Amino acid sequence: MLWDRLQFAFTVTYHYLFPQLTMGLALIIVFMKWRYLRTNNDKWNRAARFWARIFAINFAVGVVTGIPMEFQFGTNWAGFSNFAGGVIGQTLAMEGVFAFFLESSLLGLFLFGEKKLGRRGHFAVAAGLCAGSWLSGYFIIATNAFMQHPVGYAVGANGTLQLASFWQFVLNPWAVWEYAHNMSASVITAATVVASVGALWKLIGKYHEESSLFLRVGVITALVASVLQIFPTGDQNGKLVADYQPTALAALEGVFKSGSMAPLAIIGQPNVKEQTLENPIVVPGMLSFLAYGSFNATVKGLDAFPQENWPDNIPLLYYAYHIMVGLGTLILALMAISALLIYLKRLEKTRTVLWLLMLAFPFPYIATTAGWLTTELGRQPWIVYNLLKTTAAASPMVNTGDVVFTTIGFVGLYFVIGVVFLYLVGREIARGPVYAEGKD
Amino acid sequence: MMQPLWYSLLTAMLIVYVVLDGFDFGAGIVYGFVAKSDADRRQVLSAVGPVWDGNEVWLLAAGGTLFFAFPRAYAAGFSGFYMPLIILLWLLILRGLSIELRSHEPYKLWYEFWDWTFRFASILIVIILGAAFGNIVRGVPLNADGYFAIPLFTNMLIHPSIGILDYYTVVAGLFALAVLALHGALFLVWKADGPVRERSIALAKRLWWIVIALAAVTFALTPTVRPEFFAPLVARVWPLLLLVISLAGLFYIPPALKGANDIRPFLGSIVFIAGILASMAGTLFPDLIVSTTNPSYNLTAYTASASMYGLQVGLVWWIIGMILVVVYFTFVYRNLSGKVSAQTKGE
Ligand code: HDD
Ligand code: HEM
Ligand code: HEM
Repeated sequence: MLWDRLQFAFTVTYHYLFPQLTMGLALIIVFMKWRYLRTNNDKWNRAARFWARIFAINFAVGVVTGIPMEFQFGTNWAGFSNFAGGVIGQTLAMEGVFAFFLESSLLGLFLFGEKKLGRRGHFAVAAGLCAGSWLSGYFIIATNAFMQHPVGYAVGANGTLQLASFWQFVLNPWAVWEYAHNMSASVITAATVVASVGALWKLIGKYHEESSLFLRVGVITALVASVLQIFPTGDQNGKLVADYQPTALAALEGVFKSGSMAPLAIIGQPNVKEQTLENPIVVPGMLSFLAYGSFNATVKGLDAFPQENWPDNIPLLYYAYHIMVGLGTLILALMAISALLIYLKRLEKTRTVLWLLMLAFPFPYIATTAGWLTTELGRQPWIVYNLLKTTAAASPMVNTGDVVFTTIGFVGLYFVIGVVFLYLVGREIARGPVYAEGKD
Repeated sequence: MMQPLWYSLLTAMLIVYVVLDGFDFGAGIVYGFVAKSDADRRQVLSAVGPVWDGNEVWLLAAGGTLFFAFPRAYAAGFSGFYMPLIILLWLLILRGLSIELRSHEPYKLWYEFWDWTFRFASILIVIILGAAFGNIVRGVPLNADGYFAIPLFTNMLIHPSIGILDYYTVVAGLFALAVLALHGALFLVWKADGPVRERSIALAKRLWWIVIALAAVTFALTPTVRPEFFAPLVARVWPLLLLVISLAGLFYIPPALKGANDIRPFLGSIVFIAGILASMAGTLFPDLIVSTTNPSYNLTAYTASASMYGLQVGLVWWIIGMILVVVYFTFVYRNLSGKVSAQTKGE
C-alpha cells in the first residue's frame, strides 16, 4: 500500500513535469505563429521554431512517462479500478479517443510539415495540437475531480459505482475550477521558462532580437496568468475545498480548533501531537472571510472530525499548500516588477531583475508539484472522497516486493531520462535560434 | 446486446493496435537484418518515426475502453499481470525514446546505443505481447473474488503448473515474434526502396516458413493447456470462417511478393493478423478472463461489464471519436504516402 502510493506519486509527479510545459508552451507557440501570420515579421516564426524544438523533446518525454500512468490504475489500484471504473473509465477512455489521437497525429505534421502545409496550414496544425493537449488536460482533471468530489454516479447492484449522469460527471464544478486553475498554472510555467531563456540570452549578450521578444512575451503572459491563478481560480478552488473537503481545509490551513473569526496563518508550524500551530503569524478573521465570505463564519477545525478521517500527513499537506501560495505570490511580484520595467523600457538594462528572471524557472514547477501534493494529500484518507478509503484501493494480489522492485526501476529509468532530457534541452538553448535556420 | 457489441469493439481496437504498432515493432525486429548502413537505418526510422506514437495510442484507447466497459476485467487482468505489464511499460518507454532521440545528436556512439535499444525493446515487447495472448487462451487461476496472481515463469516443462511464461506462452510469444517480424519486413517492402527493400523481400520469404512452422506448433500445443478451446471454433462456424480468411491472407503473401505491387504482400499480412485475432476472440466470447480453477469464476462480458447506461453513453462518444480518428489517420497517412527513400529526412 505504502509502496503503491509512493510509486504512483513518483510516476505521476514526474509525468506532470512535462505536460505542464507542453500545454502552456503550445498556447505560446500558437500565439507566436498567429503574430507571424498577422505581422509577416519573420522573427515571430523563428521564435516559434525555436520553441517547437524544445516542445518536441518535452512532448516525447511526456508521452513515454504518461503511458505507465494509464496502466497503473489497473496494476496498482485494482480495488479502486473495480470500484470506480464504471465512472472514471469514461473520461480516461475519452482522453485516449479524443485527445491523444489528435495530438499524436498532428505532432508529426507540425514538426516536419512546415513547408508542405504553408503558413496558414501550419498555424492551423499548431492550434489543433494545442487544442488536443488542453483537451487531454480536461479529461484527466475531470477524472481527478471525481475522486475529490464524486458527482453523477449511482451505486450499482454489486456495490460498485456506476455512471448515472454523464453531463453531471463531466461538468463537475470541481473539475471546471480545478481545470481553470491548473491550466493557468501551466501557462505560468511555460511563460516563465520563455522569459527565463530570454533573460539568459540577454545576460550573455546574444540573440538580441529573440531575447527581447522572449522577455516581453514571457513576462506579460506570466503576469496575466499569475493574476488569474490567485483570483478567481485559486480562490474558487479554496471555496470548493471549504465546502466539500472540510478536513482538508482545516489541515492545509493548520486549523486544529473550530471557531468563528478563524485567522489565516501566513507562517507557522503545525504540531499534530499537540494539535497546535507553533509560532504563527496570522491575519485574524481572514480565513473565515476567504472560505465563506464572512468574517464571522465558523470554520471547522480538525477537532470537529474523527481522527481516522484526518488526512494522514498533515505537516506535509500544510507546507505544500503554503509553498504553493508563497511561490504564487513571489512569481506575481517578480512578473509585476518586470512588466513595469518593460513598460519603462528599462528591463534589458536591469541586470538584477534579469538574473532573477533567469533563475525563476524552477518556481512554477515547484509550485505545481506542491499544489498537486495539496490536492492529493488533502483527499486522504479517501481515494474517492467519502466513498472509498485508500486502504481498500490497492491491488489485493500484488505483493509488496514486486512493487518495491518496480518502483526502484521507475526511479532509475526516470533518472536517466531526466539527465538525457536536460542535456538535450540545454543543447538546444546553447545552439540558439539561428541553428534552426541552418538545419531546415 | 451492449456487452457483445463492446466485446467486438474492444477486439476491433486491439486488432487495429496489433496491425499498426505491429509494423513498428516488426521494423524494430528486422532492423539489424535489413538496415546495414546509417542511411538505411534512417530510412527505416523515418518510415516509423511519424506514426509510432499515433499507433501506440490505439493501445491506450483499447486499455481505456477495457477500463470503462469492463472494469472488473481491467482490474483483475492488470493487477494479475503486474510484473510483465510494468516490464512492458519500461520497454515501451525505451522503444519510444530510441525512435525519438536517435536523431538528436550526430555521434556514432549515440546512434549505436539507440539502435540497440530499439531492437532489444521491439523484440522483447512482441514476445511479451504474444505470451499475453497465450495466457488469455490458456486461462489464469482466478479466485472467487475475481483476482489472481501467478508466478512470472515456470520450468518450461509440459506440466500442469502454469506461469506467465511457461512452455505454452513462450511458444505463443515466439509465434508472435515471427508473425510481426514478417509483418515488419513486408511493411518495409512497401515503404522502403533500394537495398532495404531488397533485403526485406529476401528476409520475408524465409520468415514466412518460420511463421508456418510456429503456427503449427502453437495450434498443436493449445489442446494440452485447454482441451475444450477449439470446440466453439467449430460449433460457431464463423470463427472458423475467419480463420480460413486469415490463412488465405497468409498464403497470399509469397505470390504477392513476386508481383510488382509492393503494398500487396503487406495487405496479406494485415488480413492474416486481423483474421487470426478476430477468430480467437470469436472463439473466446463471452469470456474475457478464463479461470483455470473453476469455470464459474470466469470473467465474462456479462459479469464484468459497467452499467447499461454507461455503455450506452460510451457508444455515443465512441462513434463520434472514431469518426474523427479515421479522419486524422487518413490525413496523416495521405500526407506520408509514397516511399521514404534513403536520402530524404522525414520531410
Ligand atoms: C504555478 C503554480 C501554482 C500557483 C502559483 C498556485 N497554484 Fe494552486 N494549485 C496548482 C498550482 C498553483 C496546481 C498544481 O495546478 C493545483 C493542483 C490541482 C489543480 O488543479 O491545481 C493547485 C491546487 C490548488 C487548490 C486545491 C487544493 C485541493 O484540492 O485540496 C487550492 C485551494 C489552490 N490551488 C489555491 C491556490 C491559491 C490561493 C494560490 C495563490 C497564490 C495558488 N493556489 C497558487
Ligand atoms: C489528474 C489526474 C490524477 C489522478 C486521477 C490521480 C490519482 C491518484 C491516485 C489513484 C493515487 C493513489 C492513491 C492515494 O494515495 O490516494 C494518487 C496519489 C497521489 N497523487 Fe494523484 N492523481 C492525479 C494527478 C496527480 C498529479 C498531476 C500529481 C502530482 C503532480 C499527483 C500527485 C499524487 C501524489 C503525491 C500522491 C500520493 C498521495 C499519498 O502519498 O497519499 N496526482 N493520485
Ligand atoms: C494534472 C494531471 C495531468 C495532466 C494535465 C496531463 C496532461 C497531459 C498532456 C497534455 C499530455 C500530452 C503532452 C505531453 O505528453 O507532454 C499527456 C500525456 C499523457 N498522459 Fe498525462 N496528464 C496528467 C496526468 C496524467 C495521469 C494521471 C495519467 C494517467 C491516467 C496520464 C496519462 C497520460 C498518457 C498515457 C499520455 C501519453 C499520450 C500519448 O501517447 O500521446 N496523465 N498528459
